[in-house]
Amino acid sequence: MDVTLPIIILALPLFMFLFLGLLGKYMSHRLAGILGTAGMGITLICAYTVAFTYFFSGNPDFINAEGERLQQIVFNVTWLQFTPSLVLRLGFLIDPISSMMLVVITTISFMVHLYSNGYMRDHHGVWEKGFQRFYAFLSLFSFSMLGLVVATNIFQMYIFWELVGASSYLLIGFYYTKPSAVSASKKAFIVTRFADLGFLIGILILSFYAGTFDFTHLTSVAVEGLNHVYQVSEGTAQNILSIFANNPASTFMGASVLTWALVLIFMGGMGKSAMMPLHIWLPDAMEGPTPVSALIHAATMVVAGVYLVARLFPLYLMETAALDIIVVVGALTAFYAAMVACVQVDIKRVLAFSTISQIAFMMVSLGVARPEFHHGLGYMASMFHLFTHAMFKALLFLCAGALIHAIGSNDYTAMHGLRKYMPITHVTFLIGCLAIAGIIPFAGFFSKDEILTACFGHSIFWYIWMSCVAGLTAFYMFRLYFLIFWWKEHKVHDPHHAPHDQPWTMTLPLVILAVVSCFAGFVPFGNLVTWNGHPMFESVSFLTNLENLDWSVAAISLTVAVVAILIAMKMYKTENELPAKMRNALPALWDWCYHRFYWDELYMFITHRIIFGLVCKPIAWFDRHIIDGTMDSFATLTNKASWSIRGLQSGNVQTYVWIYLIGVILLGSITAICLI
Amino acid sequence: MELTMLYYLIPSLFMFCCGVYGFVTRKNMIAILISLELMLNAVDINFVVFNRYLFPGNMEGMFFTLFAIAIAAAETALAIAIIINIFRVASDIDVREINKMKF
Repeated sequence: MDVTLPIIILALPLFMFLFLGLLGKYMSHRLAGILGTAGMGITLICAYTVAFTYFFSGNPDFINAEGERLQQIVFNVTWLQFTPSLVLRLGFLIDPISSMMLVVITTISFMVHLYSNGYMRDHHGVWEKGFQRFYAFLSLFSFSMLGLVVATNIFQMYIFWELVGASSYLLIGFYYTKPSAVSASKKAFIVTRFADLGFLIGILILSFYAGTFDFTHLTSVAVEGLNHVYQVSEGTAQNILSIFANNPASTFMGASVLTWALVLIFMGGMGKSAMMPLHIWLPDAMEGPTPVSALIHAATMVVAGVYLVARLFPLYLMETAALDIIVVVGALTAFYAAMVACVQVDIKRVLAFSTISQIAFMMVSLGVARPEFHHGLGYMASMFHLFTHAMFKALLFLCAGALIHAIGSNDYTAMHGLRKYMPITHVTFLIGCLAIAGIIPFAGFFSKDEILTACFGHSIFWYIWMSCVAGLTAFYMFRLYFLIFWWKEHKVHDPHHAPHDQPWTMTLPLVILAVVSCFAGFVPFGNLVTWNGHPMFESVSFLTNLENLDWSVAAISLTVAVVAILIAMKMYKTENELPAKMRNALPALWDWCYHRFYWDELYMFITHRIIFGLVCKPIAWFDRHIIDGTMDSFATLTNKASWSIRGLQSGNVQTYVWIYLIGVILLGSITAICLI
Repeated sequence: MELTMLYYLIPSLFMFCCGVYGFVTRKNMIAILISLELMLNAVDINFVVFNRYLFPGNMEGMFFTLFAIAIAAAETALAIAIIINIFRVASDIDVREINKMKF
C-alpha cells in the first residue's frame, strides 16, 4: 500500500492540533470550528479509503488465496536504536482490527467535531470560552488514538496509550475553573497511570524474554506454536512458546513469566477500559463536555484495553489462565456496572456505567474465545460489539448532550416528558436504546447475540450470568428513556423558551449515527475480523448475520430483553408509586447501588487512612525528625561553637601578640622538655 | 680578652626582649613601630654574628641582613603611612582604641 494515505491519517490531526493550538486565538471561533471539522473530515475520507482498500480490494498483500486476511506493515521507521536488538520503531500496521478501528475512530471523531460546533455555544450563540483550545485537544486525541491502533509494536502502542491518557486528562479538565472537573481529570490521570505501571512492567517482562517488541513477531510465532499459520514473519524468529516453556526457573509466585506479563498488560487495559477495581475514574470523567464523553469515554479511548487484549490475543491463547482472569474481571464488572446504572439520577452517569458494563461484555467475550469453539467466535463478537457499541453509545451520549444543552441540567428529574418538544432527539435516543438493549434488527442485537453464543460455548454459568446482565442493560436503558421522555408532562415555565431540538450541526450527527445503529448489525463481521484472519462464512450477503444466528440463544436473549423493557415500561412510563415502593422494599440494596457500592469511599479509606496515615506519616516523621534533625544538629552545633569562641577575635592587636607569645613559649617549653 | 660570640648575642637578646616588651606595652603606634625595629635589628645582629663566627667562608648571613635592612626601611615607610592614615580617620594613634576589626 502507498504510504501517502497512512501518513495523512496520522499527520493531519497532529497538524490541526498544532495549528489550532498555536494560532487558534488569532482566528474566529467559527473558523476554528470549521477548520477542525474539515481536517477531521479529510482524515475520515483517508481512513475510509485505507480500510475499504484493505477489506474489499482483494489485493494479495491483504488477503491470500485461501481468503485469509494478512497483516501488513505499511511503513516502520526506526526511531531510537539502543543496541542492535533493542530498537524502538514507529510505524503503521494494517490488519483487520486496526482497519476497523480506523473506521470507528474517524467516524465518531468526525461526528463529535461536527456536533461540538453546536454544542460548545449557548442558546444565544455565544461561544464557549476556549473553543479553539477544545478543537485543538480533540485533534490531539484523534491523532493519539489513531497512532495507538496502527502501532506496529507494543512500545509505540504504549507511547500513544499515554498520549490518549494525556489528551483525555486535558479534555476532562476542559472547564478548568470548575473544581469538580479539575479533580475528575486528576483522578482519571492518576488511576490510569497507576494501571499503566502494570502495563509497562508487563511490556518489559514480555519483550525481555521474547526479545522483540513487534506485534507481528509476537503474535505470529505464538500462533505457529499452536500449529496454525497466521502469517509467516520474516527472518528466523524464535518460537516464543518454547522460550517461555524453557524458562522453568523464571517463575514468580507460582505463575510463569508469560502469565505474569499477560496479566500485567491486562492491568493496563483494566485501567483504560475502566474494569473493576480500576473503574472509579470513568463516572467522574463525565465532568468533561458531553461530546468528549461520547468520543473518548464511550466509543474510542475506553475500548483501548479491549483492543490491547485483542492485539495480543494469540499470546493470551497460550496462557489461558490469563484469559480466565479476564472473564472473571469482565463478568463481575459488567454485573456491577449494570446494577449501579439502574439507580443513578445523572443521565451521563447512567451512560457511563452502561459503557463500563458494555466494555466488560467485550472483555468477557475475548476471555471466552477459544479456537476450538466456532473458530474463536468470541474474538469476532468482541470486535463486532466494539464496533456497534461505539456507534450506538456515541449516539446515546450525543443525545444526552442535546438534552443537557436544551434543559441545562444533567438530572432526569429536570427532564420528564420531553418527547413532544424534542422529536428528533426522542427518536434517535430510542433507536440507541433499542440497539443497546439488543432488539432485532438493531446493531446491538447481533453483536450481543454473538457474545452470548460465545459465552454459551465456553461455560453455561457465564452464559446465564451475561444474559442477566443483558436483561439489566435493557432495563436501565429503558428506565432512562421513559424517565426522560415520558413519566409525566414536561412543565414549561415560559412558552417562548420551551425545550426544542438543537441546530443541524447537532441533529445531523444524531441522525447519521441512528441510521448506522439500525444497519451496523448486518455488516458480515465474521468475514472481516477474525482472530486468525480466516473467514467464518462461505458466502456473504446482506443477511449473512441473520442466517448464521444461533436462534436458541437469540430467542432467549430477545425474550429477556423484551421482558426487561416491559418491566421498565410498567415502572416508568407514567408517574406512579412503584419505583418508590421498590426502593423502600430494598433500601440497603438501593443505597449500595446509588453509592456505587462505596468504591470511592473504599479508595479514600485505603489512600487516606492506610497509605497516607500508616505509611506516609511515619516516613514523613522519620524524614522530619531523624534525617532533618541530624542535619540541623550539625548546623546548630557549629553555630554554638562559633559563638562561644568569637571573643578571641577582639580586634585588639596587643592581645593577639600576647596570645602568640604565650603559644610560642608553651611550644618552646614542650619542645625543650621533649629534647631533654 | 678575646671577643667571643656571646658578647654579641647577649646584647642582641636584650635588645629583642626590649622590643617585645615595648611591642606589648606601648599604646602609641609610633612607639610600637620603634619596638618592632628594635626586634628586627636584634635579629640582624644575630645573623651577622652567626655568619662571622660559625661559617666564616660564606656570606649568606651578611647578604640576608642587608636585604632585611632594606626591606625594613620600606616596611617602616609603609607602616608610617598607615599610621598617618589611621590618625586622619580616627584622630588617634592609641592602638587600644583602634579595634574595629573584631568579630
